[in-house]
Amino acid sequence: MTVTSLEVDATRSKAGDVLLEARRITKVFPGVKALENVDFVLRAGQVHALCGENGAGKSTLMKIIAGLYQPDGGELLLGGKPTTISNPLQAHQLGISVIHQEFFLMNHLSVAQNIFIGREPKVFGGLTDDRSLNAKAQELLDRLGVPIDPRTQVGRLSVAAQQMVEIAKALSFDSHILIMDEPTAALTAAEVQTLFRIIRNFRTEKTAVVYISHRMEEIKEICDQITVLRDGQFVDSKPAAELEISDVIQLMVGRKLQAGLRPEPKAKTEPVLEVEGLSTAALLKNVSFELRKGEILGFAGLMGAGRTETARALVGADPKTAGTVKAFGKVANIDKPADAVRMGIGYLSEDRKRFGLILGQSVTANIALTSLPRFLKFGLLDDAKMAEAARRHVQALDIKTPSVRQILRNLSGGNMQKVVLAKWLERDCDILIFDEPTRGIDVGAKQEIYDLLKRLADSGKSIIMISSELEEVLRMSDRIVVMCDGRITGVMENAAATSENIMELATQFRNPESEESA
Amino acid sequence: MTQVQVSNMEVVEKKGIIPERYRGFIQQGMVLITLVLLAVFFSFMRPSFISWDNISQLLLASVVTAIQAIGLTFVIATGGIDLTPGMGMAATSVIAGLLMSSFGLPIWVGVLGGVLAGALLGLINGTLIAYVKMQPMIATLAMMMVCWGAGLVLAGGKTVSLRDVGGYNAIAMGEPFIPGLKNAVLILLLLAIIAGVVMNKTVVGRYALAIGSNKEATRISGINTPRWEVLAYVICGAFTGISGILMSSRLSSANPTLGQGYEMYAIAAAVIGGTSLRGGRASVFGAVIGAVTIQTIFNGLTVMGVQDQWQKVVLGIVVLVAVFVDIMRRGGKEE
Repeated sequence: MTVTSLEVDATRSKAGDVLLEARRITKVFPGVKALENVDFVLRAGQVHALCGENGAGKSTLMKIIAGLYQPDGGELLLGGKPTTISNPLQAHQLGISVIHQEFFLMNHLSVAQNIFIGREPKVFGGLTDDRSLNAKAQELLDRLGVPIDPRTQVGRLSVAAQQMVEIAKALSFDSHILIMDEPTAALTAAEVQTLFRIIRNFRTEKTAVVYISHRMEEIKEICDQITVLRDGQFVDSKPAAELEISDVIQLMVGRKLQAGLRPEPKAKTEPVLEVEGLSTAALLKNVSFELRKGEILGFAGLMGAGRTETARALVGADPKTAGTVKAFGKVANIDKPADAVRMGIGYLSEDRKRFGLILGQSVTANIALTSLPRFLKFGLLDDAKMAEAARRHVQALDIKTPSVRQILRNLSGGNMQKVVLAKWLERDCDILIFDEPTRGIDVGAKQEIYDLLKRLADSGKSIIMISSELEEVLRMSDRIVVMCDGRITGVMENAAATSENIMELATQFRNPESEESA
Repeated sequence: MTQVQVSNMEVVEKKGIIPERYRGFIQQGMVLITLVLLAVFFSFMRPSFISWDNISQLLLASVVTAIQAIGLTFVIATGGIDLTPGMGMAATSVIAGLLMSSFGLPIWVGVLGGVLAGALLGLINGTLIAYVKMQPMIATLAMMMVCWGAGLVLAGGKTVSLRDVGGYNAIAMGEPFIPGLKNAVLILLLLAIIAGVVMNKTVVGRYALAIGSNKEATRISGINTPRWEVLAYVICGAFTGISGILMSSRLSSANPTLGQGYEMYAIAAAVIGGTSLRGGRASVFGAVIGAVTIQTIFNGLTVMGVQDQWQKVVLGIVVLVAVFVDIMRRGGKEE
């Protein structure tokens, strides 16, 4: 994996002409400024890494270049000329191809049919000429040096092979800018090397690659230039040779948190939840940790590190392949969410509108939902009793709603979050798992949620808080678990944690050479 | 980019013993083998089943469902569904019948009118679904009701007799080559070949399957997906119209209530033939074999003396088995 500097120089061409320039790009989404005056310069012959934390604006910038979003400010210059890219097809025609994390392929069609969809060669005035279609596809695949039969159904290919099909499609458009979003996320070490070989071959004096990734080792190996974004703003852009991995991380995390906001150390309490060797087929490998009574245990990590997956496997929402869970000292067999609820474990999904709430029903109905049996009177639901319970929670959690009869859709994000919480409290859950508790909640309401979490912990509830915001993790958590690639890469007391060491652990991808033994 | 190097990448995740290019062929063969086994079974139970008389009857009876199933295959390929074929057949046959009987127009006008009426139904369905973004199930259910009522209104609540339209009966019932081999069956054969070519060798079928596989990816690839979706419904509607012509020609009358439940047979035929209701996978040949299979079951059970009511129960079970086999073939996973 390590490349000596001599080899690097041999494979890297000199920086060429500017292919693409983004000038002062701004993009605003409701409530969020995703990009603010971001500059980005892509030169021919470069593999250009775009780095940043979750939500730094990498994907938004690439989507603007790919024609999926329109910028609210600033301009794009292609080959020096101001250009508007209004849709993905136009981006293709301008020579810009994007390999998204989620492939845009038609599983039931063959490789060749996928590559040339919309551009099928025809004979006899209308019939598709599959012979020449397959031949042209074969030619592209040969150029890539990948042994794929163009007649194979795409759905039957491995993830790596599907990615090659996407790259072949990009080549077929004669693209000179190839944008890759986390291209190695699902590849094995050997496949990564194949991909790198193809990227190196693609990079010529007329072409360039934008490489979005969290994997620092890979960035050091393959990239010539590194641009870092933070909170939607341009931070720095430097030749890769001039930056160490620690420098990049420093640029990515940047800000410092005032000491006063960090929690005071707490006395060690007894564990209420002990997770041992939790694994799933898709991602998790041997995840073990304990949650102590009255603490907030923060889960940090990058997107796709396996934090949500851990929570879902833990509460039985996804099947696990191995692992034991002990709750309150007893072995808990949790196969489905109902088991977890019975054990007093409540999971508050990051997507509350989809998984946490019934938007078309009242505050009362939502709070009572998981506890209906206790509101029965002669076998019928006792509305008065439910409303009374709801009013109790509305008061205790300070939910801002004109009445408990209010339909949930009309509440703000922060108050919706409180209603989900009330639902689990009503069900007597003592272990609460918050997945991104402040996502989509405005700044003022955030503080309220933070205070609420602290109060819950002080009152003896034990809390797991999954968060992608480093600042949030640092100011809320008594202890911090860091995950990467489906594994736990570190557990530490808050006092020992810094943005930098969390980010280092969060980007600690497996050493590819030792992967087979893992 | 001229370097060729054998990579160490694992290409195919789900390996199988069947080579890629024969895969579809083998799956089609399975359906055909099932049909043959059924025929052998019924012949064994009642030798009269295998008589030419019975077989020609069976084929004729399959025609309407087979033609509707062919059209439906294009819609299902896109991941949609169309409940219009049954009552659409009734309505279009009434329209064609009135053109010929009440207005006294020539047969070709009636035929064309029926087919175009069907295509128009499809155009409306497709527009509601692809552009207005209605759910296919709801839009076509509503259209089914409209057809049901419209057929009755147009026909004045009674059957339109076409006995006096000279030569109309021959469209379906003529026997130009072999005694017992009706025109309707030959027309089905011809349409199946054309539809098969359109599905497999033109962009019409290719885009329909692409939309059914992954509509967003197809759209991003620069395909005008709504337009091709509408076309699938228009094709389905036109085939519905053709089924209306053949049905009314066979009976020498257009019955505004005859068609109830036929859409279910057509859907069943497509599913038995290996078309996936999730979209992306479709077989015209399979739809025809599926229709013949359904008719074989009805016919065979009738020959064996099984009551009509029970035949529907058996058909329901057959459809469940076909779907189950489909799930097993995919290894229980979504494609």
